[in-house]
Amino acid sequence: MEILVCVKRVPDTAENEIEVNKDGSDIERDDLVYSVNEWDNYAVEEAIQIRDKVGGSVTVITVGDDESEEVLRREMAMGADNGILLSDAAFENSDGRGIATILKAAVAKGQYDLVLTGAQADDGAGQVGGMLAAMLDWPYASLVNSLEVEGGEKIKVGREIEGGNQEINEIDLPCVLSIQTGINEPRYVGIRGIRKVASVDIPVHGAADLGLAAEATGSGGARVKRVDYFVPELGEGAEILEGSMEEKIDKLMELLKSKGGLK
Amino acid sequence: MESVLISPANALYFGLPGKAIFILIPLIGIGIFSYIMIRRISPLRSTTPDPRFGRAGERIRSVFKYWLGQYKHPRYFLPGIMHILLFSGFLILSVRSLTLVMMGVIDGFVMPGLGGGLGHVYGVLKDLATTIVLLAALVLIIRRGVFKPARYDVPPRYGKGHTWEAILVLCLITGLVTCDMVFDGSLSAAQIQEGLPTETILPGTGHWVATNLFQTLPQSTLQQLNQGAFLLHELIFFFFLCFLPLGKHFHVITSLFNVYFMKLDKGTVKPVRWGVSDEKLDDLESFGVKVYEDFTWKHVLDFYSCVDCGRCSDNCPANAAGRPLSPRFISIKCRDHGYHKYPLLGSSKVTESDSVLIGNVLEEDEIWSCTTCGACEEECPVMIEYIDKIVDVRRAMVDEGIVPQSLQKPLQALEKRGNPWAKMERKRADWAAVEGFKEVCPVKVLGKKAFADALYFVDSISSFDDRMQDIARATARLLQAADIDFGILGKDEKDSGHEARRFGEEMLFQDLMAHNTEKILDSGVTRVVTSDPHAYNALKKDYQDMPPTDHISELLYERVRSGAITFKPLENSDKTYTYHDPCYLGRHNNLYEEPRAVLDAIPGLRRVDMERSRDRSFCCGGGGLMLFYEPEEEEQRMGVIRVRMAEEAGADVIVTACPFCLVNIEDAIKVAGLEGKMEAIDLCELADRQLDSLKA
Amino acid sequence: MAGQVFAYIVHRNGVAEDTALELLAAAAKIYPDAPATAIVTGVGDDLESVCNALTSAYPEIWKINHDAMAYPNAEIICKALVNILPAGAIVLLPHDTFGMDLGPGLSIRLDSAYTADAVDFTGLEGSVLKVIRQEYSGMVSTHSRCDLANGAVVTCRPGSFPPVENTQAGGSVVDKSADVGDLTVRRRYLQVVEAEKGDVDITKSDVLVSVGRGIEDQDNIELAEELAKLMGAVVSCSRPIVDAKWLEKPRQVGTSGQTVKPKVYLALGISGSFQHLGGIKGSPFIVAVNKNPKAPIFQVADVGIIEDILDFIPELTEKIKESK
Repeated sequence: MEILVCVKRVPDTAENEIEVNKDGSDIERDDLVYSVNEWDNYAVEEAIQIRDKVGGSVTVITVGDDESEEVLRREMAMGADNGILLSDAAFENSDGRGIATILKAAVAKGQYDLVLTGAQADDGAGQVGGMLAAMLDWPYASLVNSLEVEGGEKIKVGREIEGGNQEINEIDLPCVLSIQTGINEPRYVGIRGIRKVASVDIPVHGAADLGLAAEATGSGGARVKRVDYFVPELGEGAEILEGSMEEKIDKLMELLKSKGGLK
Repeated sequence: MESVLISPANALYFGLPGKAIFILIPLIGIGIFSYIMIRRISPLRSTTPDPRFGRAGERIRSVFKYWLGQYKHPRYFLPGIMHILLFSGFLILSVRSLTLVMMGVIDGFVMPGLGGGLGHVYGVLKDLATTIVLLAALVLIIRRGVFKPARYDVPPRYGKGHTWEAILVLCLITGLVTCDMVFDGSLSAAQIQEGLPTETILPGTGHWVATNLFQTLPQSTLQQLNQGAFLLHELIFFFFLCFLPLGKHFHVITSLFNVYFMKLDKGTVKPVRWGVSDEKLDDLESFGVKVYEDFTWKHVLDFYSCVDCGRCSDNCPANAAGRPLSPRFISIKCRDHGYHKYPLLGSSKVTESDSVLIGNVLEEDEIWSCTTCGACEEECPVMIEYIDKIVDVRRAMVDEGIVPQSLQKPLQALEKRGNPWAKMERKRADWAAVEGFKEVCPVKVLGKKAFADALYFVDSISSFDDRMQDIARATARLLQAADIDFGILGKDEKDSGHEARRFGEEMLFQDLMAHNTEKILDSGVTRVVTSDPHAYNALKKDYQDMPPTDHISELLYERVRSGAITFKPLENSDKTYTYHDPCYLGRHNNLYEEPRAVLDAIPGLRRVDMERSRDRSFCCGGGGLMLFYEPEEEEQRMGVIRVRMAEEAGADVIVTACPFCLVNIEDAIKVAGLEGKMEAIDLCELADRQLDSLKA
Repeated sequence: MAGQVFAYIVHRNGVAEDTALELLAAAAKIYPDAPATAIVTGVGDDLESVCNALTSAYPEIWKINHDAMAYPNAEIICKALVNILPAGAIVLLPHDTFGMDLGPGLSIRLDSAYTADAVDFTGLEGSVLKVIRQEYSGMVSTHSRCDLANGAVVTCRPGSFPPVENTQAGGSVVDKSADVGDLTVRRRYLQVVEAEKGDVDITKSDVLVSVGRGIEDQDNIELAEELAKLMGAVVSCSRPIVDAKWLEKPRQVGTSGQTVKPKVYLALGISGSFQHLGGIKGSPFIVAVNKNPKAPIFQVADVGIIEDILDFIPELTEKIKESK
């Protein structure tokens, strides 16, 4: 099975302090470290497991700049066979639709059976996968937390829905799936692995290679534009208890008793 | 000496001449033995290199201390003494055994040099030896067969019990010495009957007992006893010889070599492959130990030498906590795997897919459970190494991406941020900028404009953990009070990489080491001090070309001894203090007395030692990346077990000299429900608090 | 004049989800004078009761009764909507698992703009809608502009648009079932596998002691269990605890876990992501304990305590023991 996984290089939110910069135009990026979007990593692991089971190849692809190459290499160190970088000045400031347009052109150049994306990334929109599917006119399923590939033209997927339940669907290939965290346990990628793929060739495609007109992508083609970043005014919020730990505990116990929290 | 009985060489056995039999038996025995030895030794050619041939002086001294001197054996007193008796007996009787074999071939054979008076002395010695060996063997048969000490138990997951092997060998030993006694006793009895002189017979020995027992037997019986005992001795001897390489008694042969080739540098970790420099590591096909042949020849020798005594597992803290790690069974399982792969007869019984150790012989959780505390290695009487093997297996797992999820985040954080919590680099020195501290103890951050004589290497946990920052501040104050011109690297410091290396991420360690080495050497400091034993061990053992490095306790100790330090008396002298030896300060670096001396210098401090202290200290649960690891199986936390030991020793306060120990123990106090009754404190914090005066 | 606004109604067992009325409120923020039209798909009595119940809130309800929609398959509903909706329509969806599944693809097929997870609308500038969203796991907010000129699909964060009370819309139900057109799709619904019930049903407990990342270590959960036992409460948790496999899935409170309605909720070491809070209904008394004073949980809690839960829990446990 030929699998394409769309990945994105994002700031690591774990211990990065995400703050708005002085003029609100972006987040403060000076001290940030970047890595592959966590959801995308689960998708790559899933793709690798499928390939190991039924054969084929896994290609990772990203829309970005030179720095984005590092996440492609990391996923290749993990086990992906090929990497493709889609980079062009015309692609900058694309909205979700723009990114999907670019990816669609890249998918059209290949012969993929399955396209995976992560369920969401740093902007929390979770939109590229669904858009890409519609542009390709392929079936789509989001929030996939289980995947059964038997071989053949159909696969079974489980979607995460409310209440911890799982919706099981059958979906025809080729299709697009967005992958939810927890679907598998991604393998570790050590520094040695990354060094091994340091000099593997990663082709770069621009707008011309993909046959994309300038208006289709970039800020020109965007219908949704971000104006600025800000941190909202905090409202009243909780009554913060003061004093020593003992005093706070005493006060808390009083409150709990009155609310029925302590028998 | 004229002999009444016909000597075995000349006697007839069922019509066959003794000499022929006693040439045949040794030939067959030695032949089989040689074949077995060749089958055991030849796999070593397929293993990886291990340079153990230098430093002969140190090695010979070790052989005297650990092999001949049986230095570690009395750590388990009764069995230790028994073994010393058996071992000494064996050494003494080796001459006798050889003599007996030769006697079967050359009638009247006497060992060169033992012809005259010396021979008589040896004869008495030999009789004493056989007697003591017999008694010891009988005691041990009862001990193993009836009392069955728990240390030897084989948990069901590892197979059936091994007691039969121990008892069989003890019976063989009993047989050998009994035959010797009967052989001598029968001859001596015959001599006495004829009024002829005998060898010197010391009363109370087995020889003496046998002689008396046989006094009244007719000569024909004595002849049969004599011949029979000799034949039986010969058969047992060669059977035993061939049996040795088949199981745990291989150590009888290999222990001398295993001790000679022992690891001389405690606390170090072997390189990925001996003979491959760091720069060439990228060229290696595979890292670490995936299959049996990836072990070094010395490690395979270790497997051969394992005595199955269980002293290692008995002291392993992971084992005590109920984790699936038992060092003894790592040796036994790998040994058996090796024996299946290289069998004595036929070809390998191990398929290629079964060759991969992880999943077939060893389990992931088993290997990740080890805290590298070194208790196993400290205990092993034949100097088997475990840490290097476990690190090597981990290296292979990391290479394959088999790393538990709980460890992946901290490893990635180490890569990106230089600390396992992914905290931002620029905050690494924030501990020193705290209000109330920075005014009284300004800490220099070394760089282009700031220089100092000494570097205080803080390392990650003391820099970032809210509680452990107290240790950093206490250490800084102590250094200041000692008039030491020091600075820190601040955001230029990265994690020492000590645990990353021991968790198999060698390349990550190399990167961290390269970075820190550059920064340290560039700073121009002439010495390094740290309060983190893991960092201490890394700088002393893993890093190269470092300026002299001390642990803060060494520094304090010097000043206590010189009288430059005085401490204020404790405010509350009702409490009882106990010192918990951190693994990387104690066992790995032999710093046991220094911290204790510092504590003893505090007036009013009442100190006790826990039962398991110094080189028998019980690991707190582990430092560095081990803090993040979640074992699949565990019954109780190591820290909780340790805290209960402190409770048992009657302590109210546990003093440690390692931030990781402090984390684990403070946590354990809460989990054990002892909050308010037990507290933990770092040596630096205590010293800082009680400091009266301190001069350089 | 921009397009007509539609709100897709998510319902279960014949009852519309809370998001139904939230979307009406959201639509009112776009066009205060032109209320949205509800779209409801399904079959049988369940469909009927939902539509009837909505008549008090929505002036017009488009009902689509079709066997293929007995279970809401986003692929099928997408096709139906493309056939039914007028050009330039503005479609509001809840940002739940259904909305995330349907929204992006629908926007492409309608050739409309798409904005996901809106938490507020701040007005219209010509045909441009001003939207507030969050990024980076809710750490920052953004002002965004969505061009409605060619229509739009917008998903709204559940709980962000408080419904208007007591409406008397007197709505009518219009049957649009015949207009759906060809519904062949290449994704077929098979079944729903329910979450394991587990040994404990957290939805039944009046008092919940809930732990989040701040518990730091699996072994520390014992501390919470001891506290819960003393309080006659049950231990629950946020998603990261289940992902790490420290507690089973039935213990998870949140949009992808259980919805709970306790009287008292102790949020210990929980930052307060909206996915977690989305699982708490009914306005319980929320006590938040967290060592980070900036944790979003303090916005929604009634009482806040800034302490490390690993220090706080044992102390609280001790005190409760003493008081008994």
